[in-house]
Amino acid sequence: MSQTINIDVHHLTRVEGHGNILINVADGVIEQCEWQVPEAPRFFEAMVRGRHYSEVARITSRICGICSIGHSLASVKATEVALGIEVTPQTRKLRTLLKHAENFDSHVLHVYVLVAPDLLGAQSAFALLPTHAEVVARALRLKRLAHEWGSLIGGRTTHPTTVLPGGFSKVPTVAELTAMRDKLAAAVPDLEATLETIAALAPAIPAFDRPTEYMAVSSDEEYGLYDGHIQTILPDGDRARYEVADYRSCTNEYVSEKSTAKYAKNRLDSYAAGALARFNVNYDSLHPEAKKVAESLGIQPICTNPYFNSVAQVVEIVHSAHEGLRLFDELIAEGVTEEPLVQPTRFASGASAVEVPRGILFHEYSYDEEGLCTEANCIIPTGQNHANIQADFDALLPELLAAGKSEDEMRLAFEMLVRAYDPCISCSTHYLDVEFVR
Amino acid sequence: MPATRKPTLAFFDFASCEGCQIEFTNFGDAATLELLSHVDIVEFREAMTETTDQRIDFALIEGSYTREEDRARLAEIRKRARVVIAYGACASTGGINALKNHQDDFADYVYGDDATMSHLRSGTARPISAAIEVDYEVLGCPMSKEELLNVISNLLHGTRYFAPTYPVCVQCKRRETICRYDEGDHCMGQVARAGCGAPCPADGVPCEACRGFVEDANLPALEKVLVERAGFSQKRAVGKSRMFTANLRS
Ligand code: SF4
Ligand code: SF4
Ligand code: SF4
Repeated sequence: MSQTINIDVHHLTRVEGHGNILINVADGVIEQCEWQVPEAPRFFEAMVRGRHYSEVARITSRICGICSIGHSLASVKATEVALGIEVTPQTRKLRTLLKHAENFDSHVLHVYVLVAPDLLGAQSAFALLPTHAEVVARALRLKRLAHEWGSLIGGRTTHPTTVLPGGFSKVPTVAELTAMRDKLAAAVPDLEATLETIAALAPAIPAFDRPTEYMAVSSDEEYGLYDGHIQTILPDGDRARYEVADYRSCTNEYVSEKSTAKYAKNRLDSYAAGALARFNVNYDSLHPEAKKVAESLGIQPICTNPYFNSVAQVVEIVHSAHEGLRLFDELIAEGVTEEPLVQPTRFASGASAVEVPRGILFHEYSYDEEGLCTEANCIIPTGQNHANIQADFDALLPELLAAGKSEDEMRLAFEMLVRAYDPCISCSTHYLDVEFVR
Repeated sequence: MPATRKPTLAFFDFASCEGCQIEFTNFGDAATLELLSHVDIVEFREAMTETTDQRIDFALIEGSYTREEDRARLAEIRKRARVVIAYGACASTGGINALKNHQDDFADYVYGDDATMSHLRSGTARPISAAIEVDYEVLGCPMSKEELLNVISNLLHGTRYFAPTYPVCVQCKRRETICRYDEGDHCMGQVARAGCGAPCPADGVPCEACRGFVEDANLPALEKVLVERAGFSQKRAVGKSRMFTANLRS
């Protein structure tokens, strides 16, 4: 096959932040096949130096508006480790519930607004309005529900106000929790309709497998979104466990010659983080209802098709809804009380890991004896996924060429692949940008 | 514009966290579908692939202007749009991005030996009004989505929206929130520009003036209050007063 292909997608749409896809094939010879990130760097780690520990999470939550709950939680958790703070069981429960709200919220947005249009052959959710008005309305309804759910606990869902080192500045009342619980329970028909929509679209998901290592937060008690250790799994089922404090030893950030962004790797040349990684690592801890959904959507661990990340997101939407209901019920039964913030017992360094919708997120800080930040490091999921996206590119292109796909089909396949990762490029803590001479 | 055509709305983003765009998706079905019955969204990279070559009625710009190469893109948007709306603190004042404007080693700190690579060039974070003329500013980090609807609604009716010019304390008192200072905390509501409804003190945290300052804000007095009533060191008081407003003070 002596095809000539020229794909240059500048500022890929329907992703957060800016990314480019560059593919050149001349007479069947692959000359270039690259995923690039031209995002403006924003330097958060430098900006928090000298800041009081009560201000750090407010600044670092602004790394990403979409995962700002997760950034806030990762930030206060790292600060709590550094300051020797042990939060109360009520705080842990409320934070876990808040984490589920974010996961549900972000996945609804991604699956409906960013992915579904591809599967329906549309360019955007707005373009679906005339033909699929009910689907669009349902997406907006579910999005709003998650916003109210998260706001009840976090004050706001974009840069939460109430999440502080040591606990919460304000907790919801039992009456508020009950009202929210009932709203969530009433959304079950919308969730079922979501599954029907996705099940109908699933055959349009490309068949493509590339085994890799999967990394996620994992714990013995739960699916591991809010808390746990670092767990990875290889396609043959071999597992490795790392302590959060040792996160640098399994992320291994490095600069690659052909890379436009810092890469991360562990046991293989790249690894994946995100919903599919969590699904593969933590399948056994899924809520039974979510397992049922996984079965009906034809996904089982260890799934090595990166396009199935969106399917894993749907499984997680159902998991978060049911775990959310369970946590609401527990909090309502136990009652919630205003608790004072737990105070620091020391000033040192601490790291944390939290799952955000797009994957595992690490924050680390050091504080001086006045409680002012002296060092910071944040490693975000998309940064970790870059090497893996590039490796997928390298495997996908020859397959598409061999199948004789047209340039347009290829462009869509690559765009859909990047979108499936739900990359959050705006979290540009560690991006490099290289201009290519063409 | 002809009566048959709905005004067009387009979104653009620069250095930002995209949180203001996300706020736009939080209106829910009723408000969003109502808005969509009055305007056509014609460009929104984060949510749609379509673009337009037609004139845009309302251009919403999120994010700070941090690189010289952004100027041309901003000028292009200005040329295409009838009304330019900067939304969010990043776009209106430089916002949180401006914190680095008071440092000179930020690139070295984050990138170490790689810091000299040309693509890491990042200049001063400025409001987009530093590059092009802006017709409206929707303040806040994240922007107040109610205020944004108000601006658009006024535009659709041919009237003009004016944001409050008084400080956040006024709104805080109005909702009868106990003052943070009475709780042994600190706050910047005295000099912060209102319009948000003072959610932060009501949630038990200080106002950090994410909407910028009222005109002629008495910043030395703010520092004095932070030192005398909240017990801050002078250094921390100055740092605090720059939280989201680094561009608005020295
Ligand atoms: S103003 Fe705040 S919420 Fe909006 S883009 Fe900037 S950092 Fe994000
Ligand atoms: S809490 Fe802040 S905004 Fe409210 S009255 Fe006190 S100083 Fe003003
Ligand atoms: S109370 Fe202050 S910090 Fe909070 S939203 Fe209003 S201006 Fe921003």
